[in-house]
Amino acid sequence: MSALNFLSQTLRIAVPYLLAAAGGVLSERAGLIGLTLEGYMLGGAFCAAAGSYAAGAAGMGAVAPWLGVLAAVLGGAALSMLYAASAIRFKADQIVVGIAVNLLAVGLTRFFLRLFFDSSSNSPRVPGFDVKGSGTGFVSLAHNPLVWIGVIMTPLVAWLLYRTPFGLRIRAVGEHPAAAASVGVPVVKVRYMAVALSGMIAGLGGAYLSLDQHQFTDGMTAGRGFIALAAIIFGRWNPLLAGLACLLFASAETLQIQLQGTQMIPSQFVEMIPYVLTIIALAGLVGRASAPAALGKTTTE
Amino acid sequence: MRKLLIFVGVLLAVHIALLLVHPSGAAEPPTGDAVDVGIVFDMGGRGDKSFNDGAYLGAERAEKELGARVRFIEPGEGSDREAGLRLLAAEGMDIVLGVGFIFTDDLTQLAKEYPNTDFAGVDFSVGQDKNGRIIQPPANLAALKFREEQGSFLVGALAALVGNSKKVGFVGGMNFPLIHKFEVGYIAGVKAVCPDCEVLSQYAGVTPEAFRNPGKGKELALSQYQQGVNVIFHASGSTGLGVFEAARQTGKLAIGVDADQFNEAPGYVLTSMVKGVDNAVYDAIKRVKEKRFKGGIYQYGLAEDGVGYVYDRNNEKLIPPAVRARLEALKREIIAGRIVVPSTK
Repeated sequence: MSALNFLSQTLRIAVPYLLAAAGGVLSERAGLIGLTLEGYMLGGAFCAAAGSYAAGAAGMGAVAPWLGVLAAVLGGAALSMLYAASAIRFKADQIVVGIAVNLLAVGLTRFFLRLFFDSSSNSPRVPGFDVKGSGTGFVSLAHNPLVWIGVIMTPLVAWLLYRTPFGLRIRAVGEHPAAAASVGVPVVKVRYMAVALSGMIAGLGGAYLSLDQHQFTDGMTAGRGFIALAAIIFGRWNPLLAGLACLLFASAETLQIQLQGTQMIPSQFVEMIPYVLTIIALAGLVGRASAPAALGKTTTE
Repeated sequence: MRKLLIFVGVLLAVHIALLLVHPSGAAEPPTGDAVDVGIVFDMGGRGDKSFNDGAYLGAERAEKELGARVRFIEPGEGSDREAGLRLLAAEGMDIVLGVGFIFTDDLTQLAKEYPNTDFAGVDFSVGQDKNGRIIQPPANLAALKFREEQGSFLVGALAALVGNSKKVGFVGGMNFPLIHKFEVGYIAGVKAVCPDCEVLSQYAGVTPEAFRNPGKGKELALSQYQQGVNVIFHASGSTGLGVFEAARQTGKLAIGVDADQFNEAPGYVLTSMVKGVDNAVYDAIKRVKEKRFKGGIYQYGLAEDGVGYVYDRNNEKLIPPAVRARLEALKREIIAGRIVVPSTK
């Protein structure tokens, strides 16, 4: 197992985490819990497959996966708006609505899978980005624009949060919405926009999953949204640290894959690493893990 | 507060209304001598191109050839599996089938509660008591079991014979005894024709989720192919779709499971270890129709054509005649009992 192979596998596993975590940071920093990342990803994965399939069937060739990506962004945005409307406009409890949105995403994707593709588990094969026979190394990775998007998204979100007025507003409404409102920040609008962005970016993570497989599978996100949420917390709500946490979790997963079969140490232990690390981070053993002050609170503004 | 009450009230009303319309056809009680069949599918459901579809095919054949009336229930997430079985049993079906090991406990319970209804469980997991004796299922419950290890043995031998490498691969779904049967049989098959071959075997996880995580399946397969494996056998449900994807990407070979999975990646599927779920389901319904249904354990192995490997126009180019002859010889040995394939780790 060469180091290069290890790195490329880690990156492949990390891309959906990176995208979901980048989106989730925006939502969390604006004060809305990113519990729904799993749902956005699943919705995005399905929309990507459906969009790519439809475009492929219409003979659009190489453009087809891009239409899938567009559909995933829209799908993620739609689910996130549902969440935002319930949590902001109707002041519902974010945890409860968040769980509901995740369940809804499971149900909706299954419903449309049945409706469009007459199957309860899989879509047919859809066009994707990769080139046949490109192997397993970095060459095949470089062919996939979603990998590039995934890598660039983390610094992009960091720049947005810390270097732009909009980012400042996001942070302000997440820390102290009343103070932000008192200086004229449109709290509700900023929150809606942050959540919409989080849905779109997490939807991209779903698109990576289904386009990489060339097919949508029921429940194919398999908890990746929650791992991304753990990465956000582990990264203490800083997009760059969260991105690093994603890479760490992904490398633990790679290690687990590589160690399985060899009898060196039980691979279950390696599989536990991300979760143990998150618990340690949350318990405050590595510095103080402080969430945005207004996270999860409904604002009356 | 009033709004909330009205909202909840409306929801309740809708639920009750749905309850009245939901079980379509339940209003007319089952009559005549047509066999009424109820089937509850496992996770994955219809269209899984695997054993759920196999059960569906068997039931469809029973509809056509035996005039059976079949009702399907596809449970969603979680615990409504038992409810599905119970609904069908309560409606007076002649036979209720649960597709998947997951129904084992529910079927055992319901068979006791409804002694006049026949039950059958595909992949039913027969338990053992403290002394290691097999616990027989109730008299009205048929456990339809397959000797997956025998079919896996043959595809293992095939993988070693055509793999052109001292390493062959196995990707399992959930790490538990039912899948160990595939793994153990496969390894035995590999060792039978190539004693110094190494089998890399990996699992996608330890929960049922591990059966529908194609992303993980693809990564497991890619890492095995990188380590010099040329053929991978998967027993992992939808997770295996990722294995086929990896085979396509690297130009190597994969072996399907349960049903003929050639169409998942034409040209990259060496063969599939098929389980005759359709025949088992059809037979169970037929026995009910002919009023000779008996509970107990039914084993479908190579001798009963309950398991096997695919050899047809699609893949004959990948399997040389000498290899084919060797496999058929091994198959005869197993049927004759001269080779005993292990089924547990």
